[in-house]
Amino acid sequence: MAKQFLKGNEAVVKGAVLAGCQSYYGYPITPASEIAHAAALYLPASGGTFVQAESEVAAINMVYGAAAAGERVMTASSGPGISLKQEGVSYCAGAELPCVIVDVMRGGPGLGNIAPEQGDYNQVVKGGGHGNYKNIVLAPNSVQEMCDFGMLAFELADKYRNPVYVLTDGFIGQMMEPVVFPEPVNQFPEKSWAIKGTAKTANNLITSIELDPDDLERHNQKLQQKYAIIEEQEVRLEAYRLNDAEIVLMGFGIISRILQTIIDTQRGMGVKVGLLRPITLFPFPKKKIAELTKQAKFFLVVEMNNGQMVDDVRLAVAGRKPVYLYNRMGGNVPSEKEINDEILKLMRSV
Amino acid sequence: MNNILQKSGVFYDVFERKPGTDKITTTYCPGCGHGNLHKLIAEALVDFGVTDRTIMISPVGCSVFAYYYFHTGNVQVAHGRAPAAATGLKRAHPEAVVISYQGDGDLAAIGTAEIIHAANRGEGITVFFVNNAIYGMTGGQMAPTTLIGQKTMTTPHGRNSINEGFPIGMSEIIATLNAPVYVERVMLGDTKSIMQARQAVRKALKLQIEKNAFSFIEVLSACPSNLKMSAFRSRQWISEVLQKQFPLGVKKDVSETFPGKDLKRPTIDRSQFYKILNIEPIAVDVEKIAPYKKSTFSAEIKVAGFGGQGILSLGNVLAEMGMRHNYEVSWLPSYGPEMRGGTANCSVKIANRKIGSPLVASPTVLIAMNRPSLDKFENDVISDGIIIYDDSIIDRAPLRQDVRVLPIPATKMADELGNSKAANMIIVGALIEYLGFMSIEVVLNSLGDVLKRKNLVDLNQKAINKGVDFIRKLKS
Repeated sequence: MAKQFLKGNEAVVKGAVLAGCQSYYGYPITPASEIAHAAALYLPASGGTFVQAESEVAAINMVYGAAAAGERVMTASSGPGISLKQEGVSYCAGAELPCVIVDVMRGGPGLGNIAPEQGDYNQVVKGGGHGNYKNIVLAPNSVQEMCDFGMLAFELADKYRNPVYVLTDGFIGQMMEPVVFPEPVNQFPEKSWAIKGTAKTANNLITSIELDPDDLERHNQKLQQKYAIIEEQEVRLEAYRLNDAEIVLMGFGIISRILQTIIDTQRGMGVKVGLLRPITLFPFPKKKIAELTKQAKFFLVVEMNNGQMVDDVRLAVAGRKPVYLYNRMGGNVPSEKEINDEILKLMRSV
Repeated sequence: MNNILQKSGVFYDVFERKPGTDKITTTYCPGCGHGNLHKLIAEALVDFGVTDRTIMISPVGCSVFAYYYFHTGNVQVAHGRAPAAATGLKRAHPEAVVISYQGDGDLAAIGTAEIIHAANRGEGITVFFVNNAIYGMTGGQMAPTTLIGQKTMTTPHGRNSINEGFPIGMSEIIATLNAPVYVERVMLGDTKSIMQARQAVRKALKLQIEKNAFSFIEVLSACPSNLKMSAFRSRQWISEVLQKQFPLGVKKDVSETFPGKDLKRPTIDRSQFYKILNIEPIAVDVEKIAPYKKSTFSAEIKVAGFGGQGILSLGNVLAEMGMRHNYEVSWLPSYGPEMRGGTANCSVKIANRKIGSPLVASPTVLIAMNRPSLDKFENDVISDGIIIYDDSIIDRAPLRQDVRVLPIPATKMADELGNSKAANMIIVGALIEYLGFMSIEVVLNSLGDVLKRKNLVDLNQKAINKGVDFIRKLKS
């Protein structure tokens, strides 16, 4: 068994290389830098390219170029760097270029700090740059998933010709856990649309400009249809002890791990509580949430931000049941005790 | 004569991508330099037989629609970012002829960083920089190359150096860098100057085709519409006025001595990828670890001390050894500035059930390697928990009465081994022996695989043994 004990930030690179990632363009930032360190080591060694770009903006545009060239390409950053990349991500979405972006979230706004936060939910899940687009967003909660989603991200990116984020936080990026590695991917999709500097691709065009309003509207409609298919087919979630749950806890990434421990404790005391963990943040598990409104007394969403995913939960619940938020910010991680107390408080009042 | 009037083979016969009914003429104004430069590039591509291999990058600006005309691979990019996108394209396809075609706002204002660094890396691309001293497509605003006193929509009283600075000479700047091979400024004025520009265009492209050389050709060009001049007058203006600010000529040329760059990537057999990624199967000796397996085991360990005491690796070795005993494990550093001096700590969980949160808030075991750590974490330890502390460094005993306290003079013991940094492994040995949840033999045997610094394996094995012996004596 090819098992290894390693950091989340390293696992995502190894997963990417196994998935056939050929190039990495990035800029250093804490707490994502180990991704660049690993990429600098492994991309050239596996016959690919690593370039430390002059800026986050340049990095995402190098990604744009490599994606246009038909490569499996990735970049990574953290909040402030992701803000800078947004222009390029919008262009990738507009030109339908598949690429993988890892965001190891840190505290914000502004320079904030380097402690783990989840404040990039809105800027990543809602699009983030200009225009009518969506990213596919995967939210791992373990080092194993950093590897697995590093691979899955490329598959989805190519399948839908769309940017895919692996949205994680400083905890998952920095922590070490055992990882069992899958076999290297050996079959890659043929990208007949790409620009390869060959006679066959000499009539190809990668662009996001459509001057005519009708043309641009048609292009946007096509994108929206694609997002609708993604919403139909690619929702991924983890249901933990939800079958008879009357209290539905929701959290993504590291929070879902804390919530699992809490659920075990509460179940031991006879409380019917379960976890719905969205693995894909876009597409969001709206249908599952709607189903759960039938059995749930209330929902409690726990986040390490000012309450960003809770908006999506409220949209899906649509007023049928109460939705509460428990959140911490600044890089503070809610303790099991805090969350337990919050559940008990809500049980008394609801 | 007929030859001259023919459209170059690299241009589409009919501009199908161009909206509207006129699919024959370009979008460029009469007198505009883009048409000339397009022709010069097209002619060279055909002559060199590389039209199929060419990738044309259209910027933001009037030449955003270069892809209407060039029958090559076409990539349209964000404002100023063409050299970055070109980097991605060229690295992916070293055989391609990649052209970054940019205007003055694109290259010398919003994209300054991208061109400087692509040039500085010596990317194997060719840059054509069209300098017409004004923003064309957005309607005649000031460019970084606008002349002092020149009136534009955003310098209605003329460019004033006090407010707007000076016209920027990009060719001169690029020529100061090491990596560029060929830098020349030409102009599209009279016929003679166009013929000189033709030579520069051909030389630059040839250098990419033959040597993957970075070349930068700045082209002084007319924008009659925004300069509010006739086509003819605007061409005169280039020769008479613009050229004075931006002197023509070769700014750098090391093409004779440049050896060329092989950008081809090696082909690596994908079956070798595990090896390349340092992924090696871990052999778990099931028989050896069997006596140590407990039906329920869960340790939540907080390790804390000074940076430099090997706090993080203490936790790391514990967790990794746990994995080699088929436990579920996690390791979480208190990362950031704390890692670079001052107090360091990490959370380790070792259990034979799935681990939820990797954060240790209420340790079952606290390992305190300095006084501030004991002060900080003592009260977090659970009732009946264990506090291990280095009593050769810490000048007080824990105050808690409801926990087991284990003083170990680890630093002093490590000094006896000749290296105080081995104190962390003395603790590892002591804890494993104390809790009896791992095989010392397996730990010692796999230490070489776990430690990054192989020259320290011997010392650390001794240290682990010393920690084990300390506990054995204590127990007897």
